[in-house]
Amino acid sequence: MTGKTLFDKVWDQHVVSEITDGPSVLYIDRHFIHEVTSPQAFDGLRNRGIGVFRPKQTIATADHNVPTIDQHLPIRDKLSRFQVQKLTENCQEFGVELYGLGHKYQGIVHVIGPELGITQPGMTIVCGDSHTSTHGAFGAVAFGIGTSEVEQVLATQCVLQRKPKKMKIEVNGQLGRGVLSKDIILYIASKISTSGATGHFIEYTGTTIKELSMEARMTICNMSIEMGARGGMIAPDNATFEYLKGRQFAPQGEDWHLAKQSWEQLYSDENAEFDVVHKFEAEDIAPMITYGTNPGMGMKINGTVPESSENIKALAYMGLTAGQQLLGKEVNHVFIGSCTNSRIEDLRLVASLVKGRQKAPNVQAMVIPGSKQVEKQARLEGLDKILEEAGFQLRQPGCSACLGMNDDKVPSGEYCVSTSNRNYEGRQGPGARTILASPLTAAATAITGRITDVREII
Amino acid sequence: MEPIKTIKSTCVPLPAENVDTDQIIPARFLKATTREGFGDNLFRDWRYSNNGDPVPGFVLNQPGVKGSILIAGKNFGCGSSREHAAWALYDHGFKVVVSSFFADIFSNNALNNGLLAVQLPEEYIQRLFIALDQNPSLEATVDLPTQQFSMEGIEEPASFEINKHKKSCLLQGFDDIDYLLSHKEQIKSYEATRTTV
Ligand code: SF4
Repeated sequence: MTGKTLFDKVWDQHVVSEITDGPSVLYIDRHFIHEVTSPQAFDGLRNRGIGVFRPKQTIATADHNVPTIDQHLPIRDKLSRFQVQKLTENCQEFGVELYGLGHKYQGIVHVIGPELGITQPGMTIVCGDSHTSTHGAFGAVAFGIGTSEVEQVLATQCVLQRKPKKMKIEVNGQLGRGVLSKDIILYIASKISTSGATGHFIEYTGTTIKELSMEARMTICNMSIEMGARGGMIAPDNATFEYLKGRQFAPQGEDWHLAKQSWEQLYSDENAEFDVVHKFEAEDIAPMITYGTNPGMGMKINGTVPESSENIKALAYMGLTAGQQLLGKEVNHVFIGSCTNSRIEDLRLVASLVKGRQKAPNVQAMVIPGSKQVEKQARLEGLDKILEEAGFQLRQPGCSACLGMNDDKVPSGEYCVSTSNRNYEGRQGPGARTILASPLTAAATAITGRITDVREII
Repeated sequence: MEPIKTIKSTCVPLPAENVDTDQIIPARFLKATTREGFGDNLFRDWRYSNNGDPVPGFVLNQPGVKGSILIAGKNFGCGSSREHAAWALYDHGFKVVVSSFFADIFSNNALNNGLLAVQLPEEYIQRLFIALDQNPSLEATVDLPTQQFSMEGIEEPASFEINKHKKSCLLQGFDDIDYLLSHKEQIKSYEATRTTV
């Protein structure tokens, strides 16, 4: 008999029933919501005259649409204010816990779940946001859903889902100097393309992955969707348990021991089968940047833009030509933030690089912490001082320039080296040109004002 | 949701590949709290210039090109999970999107809103593009009961896959929430078997 993959184990435990030739009714342990993709779902409940079935399993925050300065004041943009207010009203009416603006737990939904210990191994977790895959770093089956599905979960604590295929991505060996987990995932995306994992759920494994911190693992799982995958996960291990232990909503006392015992069973059996397997060597991975308009269009930082008929439209948008090097190119904006790279570890890395240095005068450098707790910790450690002395702006938590729904937009035609996860046309504002990179590459670029190979300055 | 059976219409060709949901509906238009009105901003930044003038070359601005069937290049709907993308297409008047490959979340979102995502072979779609390039007024027919797609001027029809459950939901205009709500008791007994959470 073939064994079970990590994914199978978690998924199978949550199947309430199966429809022949159809999807499964999948039970959801944790549901995160935010202001942008939930209002129509709550309206749906009202129209049906029903409530939230299990309100304690849904957690809300305001992140996508919020300003990153003066969060204590009413939001200036009328539509944004209304949307955030709507979330507050909906949560009150339906009895859902809200970590709204000003709350000590507020932040980007995929940052707060893990840091509060709400995200735990073996769970099913959904959110009306594609980067829900982030939570897979804990060995959870976590994936993004649409608003109709948000309504399904609110109404029944279940979603109808077809079981995806399984993909294993193995990375082995020692990472080079200046190479971060962001570079690993940009490298993988450049190899398997933006649709290479569609229809699949990924398990990341191998010695390189096992050595990564939880923060770094979250960065990897976060970008699973950028290859089209439903989600990505990593088997829980000591790093996972250490991270979770003692967090606000993690199990305590005797419950902790019981939970840990069951979490230790969560791994792919030796003889488990995957539909697709990819293997990569850590030594082949260098600091990466993107040159195009999807996250799969990435290359080594010292590479040249590849020649391909598929690039023409993207390169025209980006104002680049095939054969060109990006190293040394002047850049005016640097954005450090988003659910990919806005955790305390990212901020520490950036601070350690910029300490005692100054950003280049041509650059605007914004650092957006992923949550109130990250912000607090950064201030506690004095990272705010280091960043401010280097000319970086440390702002308040939210999605910010990752999707440019608030005022933090990149002007049309200008380049932004960004630690976020998407470089689609207009993602950071109409006409904005996004170059995805790791926090170290972004920080190094802010210092020199040009796209910089961080290995040259550390 | 309105039941779907057969849709007959002229087509709108959009041969671009990897059309992501940020293009279908840019994030700055996601501030609405209802499902209506997103159609005006469908493909906003391809359709209009920065000062709001229509971009003449974009297919939705071309006179003589219209219809409720959008035919797109491969990997349509990748990126963000925003259901607003499906709402914008539907609100604009599309009933069917054809591509050789759909991003997972997008196809769920589309079907949950009565927008039929029809996957056809790449090579067949290329033939549709060529035919439409020569004659934009060709009509196509999408027949859900027989799972067949056909277009004037193209001899053989193509069949498409759709899972049985979704198909019967769409034919009846029944949605997944109705289905799940009818399983409440089963969900409760499942909960009773679980120790943690
Ligand atoms: S930070 Fe960006 S990618 Fe992450 S949830 Fe917010 S908008 Fe989505």
